[in-house]
Parts: sequence; structure tokens; C-alpha cells
Amino acid sequence: MKRLRAWLIRLCGLWPAARRERELTDEIESHLQLHIADNLRSGMPPEQARRDAILQLGGIEPAKEAYRDRGTVPILENLLRDTRYAIRQLRKNPGFACTAVLVLGLGMCASVAIFAFVDATLIQPLPYRDPARLVGLFETVQLCPRCPLSYPDYLDWKRLNKVFTGADAFEDTGFTLRTTTGAEMVRGARVTAGFFKTLGVAPALGRDFRAGEDSPEAPHTVVLSYAAWQKRYAGNASVLGRTVTLNGAANIVIGVLPRDFHFAAAGEPEYWAALHTTSNSCYLQRGCHGLHGLARLRDGVSVQTADANIRLIAGELQKQYASNRGQGGSVISLTELEVGHIRPILIVLLCGAGLLLLIACVNVTSLVLVRAESRRREMAVRTALGGSRARLAGQFVTEAVVLVAAATVFGLVSARWLMRLLIGLIGADQMAGMPFLYGLGLNPRVLAFAAAVSLGAAALFSITPAWRSFLPDIREGLAEGSRGSAGTTWRRFGANLVVLELATAVVLLVGAGLLGKSFYRLLHVDMGMQPDHLATLRVAAPDSMHDSDAKVVALAHEIMNRIASLPGVESVGISSMLPVIGGNTMWIRVLGHPFHGEHNEVGYRQVSSGYFTALRAKLLRGRYFTEADDASKPPVVIIDRALAEKYFPGEDPVGRQMAYSGATSPPMQVVGIVEDIKEGALDETTWPTLYVAYNQDPDDHFSLVVRTSKGEQALLPTLSATIHRIDPGISTYDLRTMGDRIDNTQAAYLRRCSAWLVGGFALLALLLGAAGLYGVIAYSVSRRTREIGVRMALGAQRGTVYRLILQEAGRLITAGIAIGLVCSVAAATLLRSLLFGVSAADPETMAVVAGVLGIAALLASYIPARRAASVNPVDALRAE
Amino acid sequence: MTDKTDVWQGTLALMVLKTIETMGPLHGYGIARRIEQTSGNLLSLNYGTLYPALLKLEQEGSIASEWGVSENHRKAKFYKLTRRGRRQLEKEARDWQQATAILARFLSPSGDAV
Repeated sequence: MKRLRAWLIRLCGLWPAARRERELTDEIESHLQLHIADNLRSGMPPEQARRDAILQLGGIEPAKEAYRDRGTVPILENLLRDTRYAIRQLRKNPGFACTAVLVLGLGMCASVAIFAFVDATLIQPLPYRDPARLVGLFETVQLCPRCPLSYPDYLDWKRLNKVFTGADAFEDTGFTLRTTTGAEMVRGARVTAGFFKTLGVAPALGRDFRAGEDSPEAPHTVVLSYAAWQKRYAGNASVLGRTVTLNGAANIVIGVLPRDFHFAAAGEPEYWAALHTTSNSCYLQRGCHGLHGLARLRDGVSVQTADANIRLIAGELQKQYASNRGQGGSVISLTELEVGHIRPILIVLLCGAGLLLLIACVNVTSLVLVRAESRRREMAVRTALGGSRARLAGQFVTEAVVLVAAATVFGLVSARWLMRLLIGLIGADQMAGMPFLYGLGLNPRVLAFAAAVSLGAAALFSITPAWRSFLPDIREGLAEGSRGSAGTTWRRFGANLVVLELATAVVLLVGAGLLGKSFYRLLHVDMGMQPDHLATLRVAAPDSMHDSDAKVVALAHEIMNRIASLPGVESVGISSMLPVIGGNTMWIRVLGHPFHGEHNEVGYRQVSSGYFTALRAKLLRGRYFTEADDASKPPVVIIDRALAEKYFPGEDPVGRQMAYSGATSPPMQVVGIVEDIKEGALDETTWPTLYVAYNQDPDDHFSLVVRTSKGEQALLPTLSATIHRIDPGISTYDLRTMGDRIDNTQAAYLRRCSAWLVGGFALLALLLGAAGLYGVIAYSVSRRTREIGVRMALGAQRGTVYRLILQEAGRLITAGIAIGLVCSVAAATLLRSLLFGVSAADPETMAVVAGVLGIAALLASYIPARRAASVNPVDALRAE
Repeated sequence: MTDKTDVWQGTLALMVLKTIETMGPLHGYGIARRIEQTSGNLLSLNYGTLYPALLKLEQEGSIASEWGVSENHRKAKFYKLTRRGRRQLEKEARDWQQATAILARFLSPSGDAV
């Protein structure tokens, strides 16, 4: 207690106070006077009386100093003084201070921002109870390792497994929500009753689904997402018990989910409805796969054990049901499912940011070293005057800390800004798939990371100069003009640092080059269509047409006719699904070929007669559909080249007949072959695809593809308005141009983000590397001014001087590039999962990088070389 | 000059407190002289170390100081005991007596120390 009190008073003593100092002087003076008076009384002469008094006190100044030390905290006092001195020093040299803070701050900004993304994605746990025990369930077939489940299979898995405490199914879907003005398409999901219990999530308001609420006879119930509750019902609690109309059916609102709840695997549904087998005929068929499985592992059961168990059950089902042939099962941890696809890009980005930070640190280290070098005299003088080495080293530490503190503040502020910028770049659609990014921010973990980086940097910047300064004897620093060994040592050390910097820059540049090239290749992959000038949107027919094919076909035609007559529209087509986003599959067989019930899985789309024309696809043989191919005619199909090659090897498919694998399927005649169209992901090989005539097999949800000679973006609202004029009950959604759609596919945006970010890092690395090289060469020139002067006085030509300096730079550049290229091959293997259409060791990229870096580095060393060559020998010799 | 002992570590504070208790409010010089006298001039006190010790006691709240006028009409800073200081003195004196008593038993020639 009393210790604490004393410490507090001493801490207060850190603030200088004139009164305290005056009182000390007064007290010491009064002490001396009293003592002198006593001494005089005992008969001493006045001179000796004073001397004796001072002697007994142990000297006036030492006494005061001891008193002051007790009055404050000496270590802190020194620290404050050092800090003030350091700040003064840095302010005296603003060029150095600004460069160092800027360079280090940028390095910190990049690494902290990227780490924040890593934290939000890979480190922060998902917002469920014990998320590590949650797994996703998939069926596997040869072409598709993570395929949706069928409802009957799900029921069997749930019944037969020995590894889960709970297993549930969900389906992400869209609902037509009836609104006061018409209809709106909303994101939704259907889930089995135990879904939220398995996740371990309780609604923030109202209740969860009760067991049995997903049975066919139970009334329809729905749970709202927090966002939907806020947006559509103004956060009003009276929403509970209200009825909402989804897909024409009445649903009772029973609950609202917590604000921080998200479930990336289902997108971001606004309405979570209980799954009723009656709401979709697909649920009743074992061969119709539309559901995703979610399960919670029993205690002590690993994902591998669960996977083995599910494989076993899937194997049993294969024997039991013909529809399950070739179908396995797979269990994947939910974390892997939600964040697995962005883990590689995040790791790449984190490595990139780390390399940038490394370059920044190396750069600032060499700056600090050069400064320390030029202050050797100061240090030597201070040592000679009695400054202890610890105290002088303390000065370096203080300066490093001040520098790093400033850089950290700058880095954190700009990291916040960068994070916001990056989130903005991601866009709303991708955010729906990555809801965990809403947790992004400068949380304690991210701040701890920043603190660790700062500490490391501070240690680096204080130890290196201190170590360099004390290495040789201090007297050497005092000697006039001494620059022999120390200068050479430094030059060698600085040169190594620059080689490291250049090599790192090469690695980053090669990485950026490979990613950029992949992105370019991806966007220029042959899509089998012309994606420009295409407006696309999705349409859901009114609920009233739900079960009338004829009405849906008539509506589709009405829509196409109206749109075709809009100004600028060249052609319009319908497809059940748009290109580049994948879609449904079917099992087929070729009539006339041997068939034993195997699952020949092909992509499947219902398209109108104008679809291929609108896409500008390429017809290889036969013909497209016509309006005459309707329900009254025998079914016709068009196949793509991949299907023709796989299922009609060496034959002419046109005129041949195919059927679905079911026994009752009618034969369908192949009337045409088109060049492969990228219906699925851009970076995957094209699936064989079967196109059936929309008129013969309509769907009440379909997509429109409209080719226009004018701006396709501007056409989108007109399209929507035109359709609503036919019937306001039709919902139109997902209005986008085809170019936009391609840009926003996962394959494209992941590569775009990584290419831009790594490109940014690489550009900074290039600048820093060049600046570092410039620094080293300039320093070397300044050290060799006298030597150059002598050489020139002895008749050396300017060209010789240029060669002298550029040779030194050339050695460093060559070493840096060579080491960098070797390292980049190793680093590129890390990138492999992100590369597309380019090999990890791409000679073209490497050559370009070597060229760019070489030129930049030569430019950077040309400036000091020029200065060296323009040295006036007389001045140079006189300067010393 | 006779042989003089330096002040043992940690005992100066106790001497200061005891001196102020006996003499009433006193200035630094007075305290120093009094300590020397009490020791029978056997202790050598560096006066310069007295002031940090006084400051420490003041920071800990054991003594308080105020400016006053000395017996020969000089301005001086007087230190007096606070209640906390009195308690500290009692406790430390007790501890010290106990310590010396124990040590005395060890060193006594009849030493039947257990």
C-alpha cells in the first residue's frame, strides 16, 4: 500500500516542476548554512567550515541528483529523455523518417489487412455450437465428388448411420414472395425440422421448428433471417404468427434468427421454410438429387470414421436400388465446406503480404543502417564522453520504437481503409457466399498480430544498428576520415540485403504475372458463344400457372415476342439455366448401344429455338430447334460436341435416337450438334450437355438471353418492365449482363482478386527493391567519391566510371534475379490451385519479370552512376 | 578520527523515525546530527544520503514536512511524524528488538541456544 503510494508520487515526479527543484535547492542550502554555523561555532575558519559541510554532504550536485532519482523513476526519466531526443533526431531528418514510416507502414498495412481476412475466414469459429463437430453430407459420382443428396437417400442415411447425433437436410432455393404490388423473388431455403437444433442455434425471437413440422400434413411454417426481419418487417415483434405467401402457399412466421447467424452453404436466405415433401416432386424420387446434408458428429467420432460409415451405407443402397448405381457418399467438415474454396487464395495473399513486409523491413533496415553508419562519429564521441554502451544501445532501441510506433499507427489506419476497399471490391453477391466476412475488423487477434509484427520490426531495427555500431572498436569511429574496413563490411552487408530484396520482388512479380495470366486466360477461354451485348435475367411464372405446361409455354412466347420487338434487340432465347453457372444433370442412353443401367450423366438444359442464335453458338451439324418442335411432335434434342464425342464415338449422331435411362422414357431424336458452350464453371472442362426443346419440356422458372445492338446494361430495366406489363405477378430477378455474370463467377473473381492484390504487392515490391538498390549504389558512390576522383585524375574516362558503378549494380541485379527465379518456381507450386492455362514454371512470365525488374534496377543504379561520372576530380580530391 | 561504522542498510529509516519521535519536528541537519550523537559518534553518516531517505519516508506517508524557522532563526524544512509513521516505528522497533534478541542469544557465551 505504502509502496504503491510512493510509486504513484514518483510517477507524478516525471512531470517537471520548478517548485520542487527550488525547494530542493533551498533545503540543501539551509542544511549547509546550519552546518557551517555549527562548524564556525566549534572554531573552524570560514573557508574550512564551508568545505567541511559540503564534504560531509558528499557534494552538492551528487546529493541533489540522489534526491531527484528518488523523486522520479530514473529508467522512465531516461526513456522520456531518449524518446524526446529520438523524435528530435527524426524531425531533423524528415526524409529518412517519412520514407521509413511510409515503407514500413505500407508493409504493415498489407499484412494486417490480409491477416484480418484470414482471421475472419479461417480463425474465427463459425457461429454455431461446437462447430468443429459439424459436417456436410454429399453423394459422390464419378463426375461430381460433392453432389447433392436425394431425399429418400437422406432418410436412409439418417436412419442407418451410427456416427451422428443429428442429421438434417437443406436446400437453397428462391421463393416468389407475394407483396402488395405484385411478386418478388427472394432468397430462401427449405430445411428439415431439426436443422437449427443440429447447428445449435436458437432463434433470437419466437421459436425453432418443432419435430414433425416438416411432415406433409403439418401447416407450413417459416423462420426469418434477422436481415429480412429488419428490412421487410421493420424489426417488429408482431411479425410472429403473421402469414406470408411463398410460392403461392401460406406460411406462418414462427421465429427470427439471431443477428450474427450465417450459413454460407445455403447462401443468405431471407426465409427459412420447413421442408415438406409435397412442395417439390423431386423429394419423392430417389434419383432426384437436390438436397444438402448437415450432421453433427457423435462425441469421439472423427470425420474419417463418419465418412467410412456413410460410404458403407451408400454401398448398401447401391445394391438395393438401381437408381443408386455408382453412387458413393462423403462426409466433409462444415468449416472445409464453408471456407475451403477461399483458403488457397488467402494463403497465397498472406504469403504475398508477408513477402512485401519482408522487403519493407529489409529496406528500412538498410536505411537505419546507413543512418547508423553516418552517426558512428556521434556514437564514438558519446562513448568517449562516458556514455555507457547500454545507454547508447538504448538510444537505438528508442529510435526504432518511435519509428515503428509511427509506422504501426499509419499501417493500422491504412489497413482499416484497405479492408473496407477490399470488401467493397468483393461485391454483394460474393458476400452472400462468404457471410463470415461480416466479422472482419481490427479485433484483438488482428491487433495482436499487428503488435507482434511491430515488436519484430522494432527488434530488427534496434539490434542491427546497435550490433553494427559496436562491432569494431569505438576508437576507429573517432579517427579522422576512417572508412576502411567498416565501409567495406557495410557495403557487403547492404549488398546482401539488396539481393534479398530483389529476389523477393522477383517472387512476387512472378506470382502476380502467373495470376494475371491465369485470369486473362480464364476470361479468354473459348466459351462457344459471344458473351458481349447479352442481357440476361431470370423469370418465375405466376403461381397460378404452376401446373399448366401449355400456359407456361404461351407465357414464354408472349414474353419473347414482346422483347423481340423492343428497339435494338436482335434476338432472344430461353434456357432453363444460364451459361457459366452449371445446372441440372440427367442420365441418358443411346438407343442402339448396349445398355446395362449405368449412369451416363450429362448436363441438361431446356432451351428455346432462339437460344443458340442469341448466344451466337456455332452449329456443327444438323439444325437448331424451331417453333414447330412443340408438344405435338416427337421429342427432339441437340447435343454438344463433348456429348457427341463421348457417346457417339466414330458415328454420326444426327438422326440417331437417345432416351433418359428410365424404362418409360420416350425416344428422342438428335437433330443437331453445337460446339461446346461453357455452361459450367469457366475453369472446369465442359460437361457433355444435352439440350431439349423448351416447347416440349417447359419449366415455370426460366432464364432469358437477349442480344442487343445497343448497351445491354441499359436494356435490363426495360426488359423487366416489359415483362411486368404482361402480368405483374411474374417475378423477374437476377438481372445482369452476361459479361457481369462471367466476371462474378467464383472462378473469375477469386483469380481477379488475387491477381490484383498480388499485382499491387508486386508493384510495391518492385519500387522498394529498386529504391533499395538505388540506396546501396548511391551509398557506395558517396564512399568512393575520392577513389573515383583519383581514377579520373589519372585519366579514367566517364565511360569507365559508368562501367565501374554499373558493373557493381549488375552483379547485384543478376544475383537477385537468379535467386528470385529459382525461388519463384518453388513458390508457384503453392499457387497451383489458382493457376489456369499456365504452368507453374512459365518461361514467358519469368522472362518478362526478369526484363522488367532488370530495367527498373538498372534505371535505379543509373542515377548514382551518372552522379559518379560527373564528379569533378579536383573537387573530389579536395573534399576530404 | 575513531573507527566509525557505516549505517547498515535499511536501518536509516528506523533511526530517522525514532529521532523525530524523540525530538519532535526537526530539520534534516538536526536529524543527521542527532543520529550521530545518539550513536555516540560511532556511526558515520553521509548527509547526502539522508535527504533521499527522508523523501522516501515522505512519499510513503510516514512523515510530513513543512517550512519553518530553526533555533538560530534560519529558514529550514521541518519533518514530523504522521500517525502512519508512528505505527511503522512501533512495528519496526519491535521487529528489530526481536531480531537483535535472537542474535544476542546466539552470540552470548553461555549460549544454550536451541
